[in-house]
Amino acid sequence: MTRRIGAIAFNTFREAVRDRVLYNLIIFAFLMIGASLLLGQITIGVERQLLINLGLTAISIFGVLIAIFIGIGLVSKEIDKRTLYTVLTRPVQRWEFIVGKFFGLVGTLVVNAGLMTLGFFIALMYLMHGLQSSDTSILAAIYFILLEFMMVTAIALLLSSFSTPIESAVLTFAIFVVGSFSEDLRNFAESAKGSTHYAALAFSYLIPNFAAMNYIAPVAHGSPVPANLIAYNTAYGLLYAGAVVCAASLIFQNRNLK
Amino acid sequence: MVTIETFGLEKTYRVGFWRRKPKLALRPLTLSVNEGEIFGYLGPNGAGKTTTLKLLMGLAEPSSGGCKILGGRISDPAVRAQIGFLPEQPYFYDHLTPLELLNYFAALSAVPAKDRTRRIDAALKRVGLDEDAWATQLRKFSKGMLQRVGLAQAILHEPKLIILDEPMSGLDPMGRREVRDLIEELNHEGRTIFFSTHILSDAEALCDRVAILNRGELKGVGVVADLVGSVNGNVEIMWHGAEAASAIRARGFEVHAVGETVRAVVPESEVDRVIDTLRTQRAKLVSVTPMRTTLEDYFVAKIGGPAEVAR
Repeated sequence: MTRRIGAIAFNTFREAVRDRVLYNLIIFAFLMIGASLLLGQITIGVERQLLINLGLTAISIFGVLIAIFIGIGLVSKEIDKRTLYTVLTRPVQRWEFIVGKFFGLVGTLVVNAGLMTLGFFIALMYLMHGLQSSDTSILAAIYFILLEFMMVTAIALLLSSFSTPIESAVLTFAIFVVGSFSEDLRNFAESAKGSTHYAALAFSYLIPNFAAMNYIAPVAHGSPVPANLIAYNTAYGLLYAGAVVCAASLIFQNRNLK
Repeated sequence: MVTIETFGLEKTYRVGFWRRKPKLALRPLTLSVNEGEIFGYLGPNGAGKTTTLKLLMGLAEPSSGGCKILGGRISDPAVRAQIGFLPEQPYFYDHLTPLELLNYFAALSAVPAKDRTRRIDAALKRVGLDEDAWATQLRKFSKGMLQRVGLAQAILHEPKLIILDEPMSGLDPMGRREVRDLIEELNHEGRTIFFSTHILSDAEALCDRVAILNRGELKGVGVVADLVGSVNGNVEIMWHGAEAASAIRARGFEVHAVGETVRAVVPESEVDRVIDTLRTQRAKLVSVTPMRTTLEDYFVAKIGGPAEVAR
């Protein structure tokens, strides 16, 4: 089982690494980090804050774009191109295929984020002439971004298991946007009355809470990341992504291939 | 022992957007393929051959009925481990090279790591893929080369049963000959081969038994040796001498002349009289051959002629 999932994950990773879209997005991310460096140099007093804000936002946005663009094709592309036929007719369970695909793309995103983080820290060292101990909280913020990637990948994979790539892309992006404002939705639910209250509350808990994963602004202001927040976000991210991948596996299990 | 057994296997698709109408792709199919056989699944394009193969391989769920393969269900990974499958017009990950692709499939098919290199090399050599192409990305491959890679992945894990959907598709005449030889070789090793095709000469040359399918319905199953050997009551006569042609035509027979060589097909009872006429006309007799039925005759008889296919 592990060997098969590993083989599918590695193949997904290799496919993504050989895809031009990935490099285009990475180049854009580095350009944005470079631009924030330039902006930092012409700003007085808030250089560090600006670089962290723009740099981490670039890592987050471009990672999410990679997760969406590659994630939406993970299953639908294999069905369209019929590459699945020679995979699923081997001793591979359909859920193993979904899980393998998920880990393959998450692995790709971790490696990309690692490269972008390296670029970001080089920029930070250049700007600040060294690093300080409080910079470790930046790593925690990047860790939250990785959890966010994992959840976006799971959602793209779920949608990709039953809809077309364009529908999946639009829906995943919409869920990402709504999820980024989930705190506002919860506040609205609290103030609403009657059935609207319950509907808004249920919806706010159903959509992923990406707002909780965005800790860029506090880190840019030098705030430390509380340990309980790391534990809470880790548990939430893993459980949410796990549940979505299970749903994707269940849908894919009974799907007829054209 | 029966290798493939279907019981009333049926598939209906729903087509349309709003009012989804049912479309019957395969009428209840009951069929068995014996161990060690080369079994041809014949039918015109759109007959339901690929649908049947997808149902057998578990890629689509039957609307009713079921099948047993190698004594088990296709949903069992242990059963799938013993089957090699080549889909119609196979598509593979075009960013991979044949070596990478086969390595991936070997890992999925539980081929031991220590045997992988040997088995991959053997499979690629066996399907006749040029060694220079082994490390080239599949996106640069021709249709024929992809078909060879497809065959290699189907035999890589040394399966007991090999299911091939149009295995000769995209191959040139030499390639088709090589694939025919490969199928025979695999069968001599004791493997059961089930393949779909609409090329009757391939089926006639290879198969022990054939089944004929048209518009989703099984029209007949037969032993190829019985179907193609029998004399059909007509005799083909060939001679040199165009002058005799009009005399034979006058007797009411159809005559075809190419240069000096003339050919006529006559009933067995008329042979002596036709030969007498040819002697009188001083024509030089070349051959007198009893006509035998071909698989094509059987196929056309079973599907009811070209009009029935097109309908």
